[in-house]
Amino acid sequence: MDIQVRVWRQSGPDDKGRMVTYDVKDISPDASFLEMLDVLNEKLILDGDDPIAFDHDCREGICGMCGMMINGIAHGPERATTTCQLHMRHFKDGDVIDVEPWRAAPFPVIKDLVVNRGAFDKIIAAGGYITAPTGTAPEAHATPVPKPDADAAFEAATCIGCGACVAACPNGSSMLFTAAKVAHLGLMPQGQPERDTRVINMLETQDDLGFGGCTNMGECTSVCPKGIPLNLIGRLNSDYRKALRKR
Amino acid sequence: MATGRRTPKGVRSSVALKIIMAVSGIVLVGFLYAHMIGNLKIFFGAESFDHYAHWLRTIGVPALPNKVALWLMRIGLIVAVVAHIVAAAILARRARKARPVRYAHRPKVQGSYAARTMRWGGVIIVLFVIWHLLDLTAGVVNPAGGDSEPSARVIDGFQPDRWWVTIFYVLAIVAVGFHLRHGLWSAFRTLGQQTARGQIIGRTVALVLSLVLVVGYLSVPFAVTLGLVD
Repeated sequence: MDIQVRVWRQSGPDDKGRMVTYDVKDISPDASFLEMLDVLNEKLILDGDDPIAFDHDCREGICGMCGMMINGIAHGPERATTTCQLHMRHFKDGDVIDVEPWRAAPFPVIKDLVVNRGAFDKIIAAGGYITAPTGTAPEAHATPVPKPDADAAFEAATCIGCGACVAACPNGSSMLFTAAKVAHLGLMPQGQPERDTRVINMLETQDDLGFGGCTNMGECTSVCPKGIPLNLIGRLNSDYRKALRKR
Repeated sequence: MATGRRTPKGVRSSVALKIIMAVSGIVLVGFLYAHMIGNLKIFFGAESFDHYAHWLRTIGVPALPNKVALWLMRIGLIVAVVAHIVAAAILARRARKARPVRYAHRPKVQGSYAARTMRWGGVIIVLFVIWHLLDLTAGVVNPAGGDSEPSARVIDGFQPDRWWVTIFYVLAIVAVGFHLRHGLWSAFRTLGQQTARGQIIGRTVALVLSLVLVVGYLSVPFAVTLGLVD
């Protein structure tokens, strides 16, 4: 299939950037979106042009490295799918596809489609941990965990930190990400000692980094490749209110 | 890191601002329901309507002087309105700053129409409330004037030749309905609603409460314009 892509090109953090149109000919419908960009990049290199920079790692949909706005939708038109797992068969021959980086003040563009998501690391550092003795792993059955709690915690823990929630949010909020981390640890007995400080510190760090506030629109969960449920934001709100009262 | 840092920031966090919006919003919805019940008294006759309006001014008399209870309620409402708008403005400004570069290609977002129009809808509602106070409370822009009985202001204000006033009221009330449909559910979520079943219940309650308000409020101007009340 032959398509056209209009890609955001920005040579560095200080460059103004612009959309550039490229023809991609004879691409297999079974190619992934990233493989399509690989093919385009090989052509660009052969032509002596600068290849398009984009983030990627495992290409199995589990690492959280890849991600771009495809026709204005984070990770493209397929639900619960990362960009690397999106295939060209979901597009039509002759389509013009717009590709842009995540847009948020705390996610500055480094080059082309690559953004710095270090802000997520700062949110994690503010509270995404538990107090546990390091060294020998404790006996697995020493701390019983009710099965429903374990399942709910696991569902929250599937967040891969790709940043699609922020990119899709009209407010540029990282609430779904932070809520997933707060719930994932807060649902487990091992996460209880820091439950209050975790939610306060992670939320305030998120605010300080320049993310917007949540308005419960649900854009985030609809583009989340792991389908993190919107309910978790209610859980964060509840935990935060209780923690504030105790402070 | 053991204790909360930057303690005074608590009230400025995005969730704290949202809690302020949720609580003030629920207070205002409570007022809207009380106001609607007062409005519907026009269907029991102008006397019933005027009697209610005068009673509002004499609540607590003689223990309290005339209009004191009314002004206490008004002050409560003004505090709720100001808190709601100030918190909304701070959050809207932060949201704007969080996305300095817009997307070149952005299809209609998947959130509901109600959710997408919260901010401009709020502005329209504020403008409407100003007109409404000048019209039916102060009587400045009402043909019956400020010294008339409340029922006369309502009946003269929505006469067929003032159809544009009726249309403005209809649009504003529909805007309130949309604002509350998302706003009420969002308030429940902000206050900690977190189960999948509760989400369905919360959305349904928000929709029903908004619809009842819209129907209740629209019935009065429609009835007057169509000549069903005199």
